[in-house]
Order: sequence, then structure tokens, then C-alpha cells
Amino acid sequence: MSLTPEEVDHIALLARLELTAAEKELYREQLSSILDHVALLQKLETSHIPPTSSVLPPHSRLREDEIKTGLSKDQALRNAPDENRGQFRVPPVLDR
Amino acid sequence: MAPLNEFGVSQALELLHTGKVSSLELTQDCLSQIEKYEGELHAFITLTPEKALHSARIADEQLSGLRRERQPIPSLLGLPIAVKDVLCLQDVRCTCGSRILENFIAPYSGTGVQKLLDAGVVPLGKTNTDEFAMGSSTENSAYGPTHNPWDLTRVPGGSSGGSAAAVAAHLVPVALGTDTGGSVRQPASFCGVTGIKPTYGRVSRYGLIAYGSSLDSLGCLAHTAEDAEILFHLMAGYDEMDSTTIDRPVPDKVCVKGGDLKGLKIGIPSQYFIKGIQPSVENAVRLAITEMERLGAIISEVSLPHTEYALPVYYLIAPAEASANLARYDGVRFGLRLPSKDLLEMFTKSRGQGFGAEVKRRIMLGTYALSTGYYDAYYGQAQKVRTLIKRDFEEVFQSVDAIAAPVAPTTAFKLGEHRDNPLAMYLEDVFTLPANLAGVPAIAFPVGFDEIQLPIGIQLMAAPFREDILFRMAHVYQQSTDWHKRKPPILN
Repeated sequence: MSLTPEEVDHIALLARLELTAAEKELYREQLSSILDHVALLQKLETSHIPPTSSVLPPHSRLREDEIKTGLSKDQALRNAPDENRGQFRVPPVLDR
Repeated sequence: MAPLNEFGVSQALELLHTGKVSSLELTQDCLSQIEKYEGELHAFITLTPEKALHSARIADEQLSGLRRERQPIPSLLGLPIAVKDVLCLQDVRCTCGSRILENFIAPYSGTGVQKLLDAGVVPLGKTNTDEFAMGSSTENSAYGPTHNPWDLTRVPGGSSGGSAAAVAAHLVPVALGTDTGGSVRQPASFCGVTGIKPTYGRVSRYGLIAYGSSLDSLGCLAHTAEDAEILFHLMAGYDEMDSTTIDRPVPDKVCVKGGDLKGLKIGIPSQYFIKGIQPSVENAVRLAITEMERLGAIISEVSLPHTEYALPVYYLIAPAEASANLARYDGVRFGLRLPSKDLLEMFTKSRGQGFGAEVKRRIMLGTYALSTGYYDAYYGQAQKVRTLIKRDFEEVFQSVDAIAAPVAPTTAFKLGEHRDNPLAMYLEDVFTLPANLAGVPAIAFPVGFDEIQLPIGIQLMAAPFREDILFRMAHVYQQSTDWHKRKPPILN
């Protein structure tokens, strides 16, 4: 199968990736060839097979709801690209 | 006595704990070996020699105090190790081989790493990896590739290629690695060392920066199965910080007991001995199986009929999980942020320029497989076929204790060989992916060399939580062979 340039644009937007024109064309070709390869799976009849999202046996283990110390505010902000008064600062989300 | 950096884990611990050598001496020998070879190998992204020397001095004080007072000594006290750079080690930067995390300082240590720190290890630095562990050659690192110590023009395998090269070149006795589709086993094979990929759920993933969360596992690379088992044993176990860890007792170490392979049943899956496999690889693996038979194992043919589907299943599920996991790199709380006029542009620019080619390729692929209209056909179908692959293993482990197979179809390939063909690179993982999809443990260790003296590895897989079988088999084999003792020619 062959992806169209519009499909590549759409996927890149969903993935929040800014791509150059050259990258878009490269990924269009490479993803098309990878999708051709994975089409092998369509041969298998699986209507009665349950999906595996985790290999683990079903289990749930809950812990006591105890208050424990986590990262301090300073530790949590240490890697912040931009901060202001103990908070992460980002560009405007809404127009003023 | 040999240079101290050439000792394995168990020998080094013996020397440290009896006071014959100090942690400072051992650490200094490792650091000088690194100084000598790191320029050619590029096994590390970040080295922390001052921290290491400081920790070694503290370890030495503790060692002499505990010996004087005849107190028990923490089991790894004073042992130098290296840590793959996708594992958080507190207050050291963790790049994941990516520009997007170039300045990220880990605010805490992951559980596996912390357990080893509690046992007294001395970390020397963070080893090179394909970006976010996505790759089979360590060429996808934003910090440049690692070179294979056996032939500097070749890749060390990946994604734990830095750890494999560091151990093979005796820069450090043992190094941590992670394995999502073969990233411990394949570099172990390419570099002639031993690597363990534990059962999914056996070792906590807390502090292992996520790639494919249903597949990721934390293991290690060492010179012997005995050494690998020592670290595995400490890292394994339930962790309340990772709800996918299973609360099951970790069996006692088996490598100390030696022994034979009497009565152990080994299955040989025909699907792993296919056309296209390098003849010297197949030959060495078959000879190793014959040796195991001589040591008492019972060999039989088995079938894993859905093996050919593992590659397409993996390359839908892993990218799908990656596309979700890597959504967190948005420039808000950590990582690269590029100047931009609004929030959307901040996301797209920071991610577009912060991620490398392979990571973007997998995010694109995974996003497509999860997108409306394609979810059932791609991701949903892959999850169903994953069930069939898992059932194959369950069936086979009804009748055998372990499965033996090659680790990879070839020995180490040339740097740049698969640069323009991602699918050819993905095919390197064809024999290692099934264990991750089924969640079973696997070990890789050296069983010979090809015509140009590149190491060849074998892979053994066992039923979930039966790492003990794998360690026993590898340990018995290593006691009767010396492939694992060979040294790369650059060291001579």
C-alpha cells in the first residue's frame, strides 16, 4: 500500500511532529514499505482470538493509602524549560 | 595478578570483600581502561569519574569498618558498574541517547538501580544507546555510534550497545541494559558477552524511561551467567512503584552450585533455523546444543508456528506504545523547548527537532496504527496475533524446559550497512522479538566465532519466572567451554 502526502501530513499533526518536506517524503516511502510488510498479519483468521494487551496473568495488588514524601517542588521544577513563581510557564494557550 | 578491570563480578567481589584490593584501586583501573579505549569505542554518553572515585572511597571506609567489626558486608559493596542511559540514576543526566533530553537530570533513581546502589555499587557512568532504545546497532544515538571492540568498523548491536562494548572491552565488570525486542541479547551476542532479559514483570520498570511498556524489561550484561545472576537476583522482585511487577519469590542463585544438565529438556524450533541465517552462526549454535546434550540435556525438535508473525506484530505494538509514551516530550515540564509563538508550535517544533529519524519514524508508524479507521486492522490485529505467539510458547513449555535458538541471523554488521533501509535493520531482531511478545525470560551467551573472528551468541528461552533454568544451563555450559573468556584483539 502507498500512503498519500495528505495522510502523512495528518499523521504528523496527530503526532505533533514538525517535519521537513524531505522527511515527509522519506517517511511516506518508508512507512508504506513497512505497512506492506505488516500486511502479512491480515492473512491470519483471528475473529475468535482475544487480544493480548499485557502478558501478565490478571492481578491487582493495592497498597495502603499512606502519605509518603514525593519529589519536592524544587526537584520537580529542576528540569523545567521555563518557570515562574514555582510553576511551569508555557506560551499562551488562549488569545487575550 | 591481571589488571583489576579484567576481573568479573564474583572474582572482584571476592577480592574486595577479603580486603585484597580496594574499591578505589578497582575503580581507578576501570577508569584508566576507559581513558585508554573510550576514544575508539564511544561506549559512554556520560562519565562520572569524580562521583565514582568519591563513592569508591566511601565504600572502602565501609568495607574496612565492617570487616573490623565482623559485620555482614552489603553484597556488591565497592563494585564498579555502568548504567544504560535510559535508566534514571539520581542527579546524573539521563539523555536516552536523544537531543530532547540532552540536559535532563534524573530527579530520582529507578528501583533496579536503587537496589544495586543499596547493595553498594559504584556507578562509573551512563552507556550509549539507540535513541530511546529504538534500534539494533546503537547508531541511532544522537551522541554518535558505539564501535564494536572486536572490529571497530562494526556495530556493537543495540540498543544496549554501549553496555555490551563496555563489558567486552573490560571497561567495567558489568553493565545494566534494557530489552524491549532484543536490546540486551543481540548486543551481548555481537560483543561476545552474556546478557539476561528477565521475565516481563520480574524486575521493576520504575525509572526505566518507557519505550514499549508491555515489552520493556531491565537486565544486565556481564562476562558470565554467574555474574549476570548476581545482579538479576538483587534487582528482581515486586515493587509497589510498578504495578506490572509480580509478587513471586525469586529463586535462590543456581550458578554457585555448578552441576550438569542431566534431565533438562531443550527444544529446537525449526522456525529459528531458516534460510538466510549466516552458516557459521547456525553451525556454532548447533555445536553448542550438541555440547549441552553431552552435558546431559535431552534435545528434541519443537515448533513455534507463528514465529514469522513476530516481526510485523512487534513493529506495530512497540511503535504504538512508543507513540503514546513519547507524547510526554512536549517541552512543558522537562526536555528541549524551542522558542515558538503558541503552544501547538512549541510541541511540533520541539519534538520535530528534538527527536532523531528512527524515533520520529516509529512515532509516525505507531500513531498511524492507532489512528481512527486503522486501529482494528493494525493494532487490534497485532494484539490478537500476539496471543497466538504467546500460546505457541505455552504449548512448547508443556514439554521442554528451555528453547535454544540463535540470537540474531548474523554476526556484527558494518557501521552504516543498514542506514537507508529500516526494514533490513528490523530483520536483525527476528529471533529476539518473540520472547518480548510472549513475556518469557531469555539469556544470550557466546558459543563461538565466525570466519573473521566475530563473536556468535546462542539464545535460551524458558517459561515465565524460570530464569533459574537459564542461568543453570548457561553456567554449566560456561564451565565446560571458554568462548566467554576470549578477549577482543584491541586489548592485546
